[in-house]
Amino acid sequence: MGDLIAKSACDGLLPLEIGGATLTEIVFDAITSVAPWRGHEQAVSDALKSQMGAAFPAPNRSTGKAKSRAVWSGRGQALVLGPPLEPIAGAAMTDQTDAWACVALEGPAARDVLARLVPIDLRDGSFKRGHAARTQLMHMSIVLMRTGADRYGIMALRSMAGTLVHDLETAMEAVAARG
Amino acid sequence: MRITCPICGERDSREFSYRGADVALHRPDPEAGEAAWDDYVHLRDNPAGETRDMWYHEGGCGAWIVVTRNTVTHEVIGSELAAEVAR
Ligand SMILES: [Zn+2]
Repeated sequence: MGDLIAKSACDGLLPLEIGGATLTEIVFDAITSVAPWRGHEQAVSDALKSQMGAAFPAPNRSTGKAKSRAVWSGRGQALVLGPPLEPIAGAAMTDQTDAWACVALEGPAARDVLARLVPIDLRDGSFKRGHAARTQLMHMSIVLMRTGADRYGIMALRSMAGTLVHDLETAMEAVAARG
Repeated sequence: MRITCPICGERDSREFSYRGADVALHRPDPEAGEAAWDDYVHLRDNPAGETRDMWYHEGGCGAWIVVTRNTVTHEVIGSELAAEVAR
C-alpha cells in the first residue's frame, strides 16, 4: 500500500499575517473528548493528571500547557488536545482528532479582531489567560480559549475550516485598515 | 438583551434559542385525566408581567435553562438550569 499524505484542516489556507495579527494552524497529535460519568469526576481528573499532566478543567477554563491542554467544551465534557489518551475508567471518551480545525490568533491586534466576530466580553477583567468559552464566531459554534496575553486558540468543526479562516481574515483586514 | 446562563455567565441573546413557556417541565401524570392533558397540550397563558420561559444555550454550553423575565418591563430576573428545576 502506498504512503498516504495527511492534509491538515487548514491546508493551503494558513498562515496569514495581516496588520498586527497572525493566524496559524495548530495540529495536535490527538483530540479526545472526555466526559466523566456522574460521580466519577474526581477519579477521571486524577487519571488525566497522571496521563497528560493537567486536571479536568472547570467550566469556562482550560488546564495544562501548549502541547498538552484540556479545555472545557460543554456540560460535563472536556477536549484533551495533544497526547493520545489511554482509556479511563468512569469516562465516555471519543477520538475527535480529525473533527476539528484549530487555529491560533495572536499579536497586538488579536483581541480587536476577535471582538468583531465573537459576542462575549473579551476584556482583561473577564476573559483572562486560562479562560475558555463555548461561544460563536459569526454564526459558527466554536471553542475559544485565551492562551496568552495576546494569544487565543479557536476550534471550529473541521468542515467549517474555510469559513473560519475567511471570517478571521476579513476581520483582520478590517482592523488593519483602521491603522 | 442579555441572558445569564448558570454555567457560562452573562451572554448575548443571539447565543440562545427560545422554546416557550416552561410547561414542558410540568408534564401531567399519564392518568391525570382529560382536563389536565387538555391544559398541558393546548392552553397557554399570555401574561403581562412575569413569565418563566425555556431557552436553549445553543451557541454556548448546550444547556436548557429556565429564564424568569418580565414581559412589561423587559427585565431579566433570573435563570436556572432546567435539569435542576425538573429534579
Ligand atoms: Zn451556557
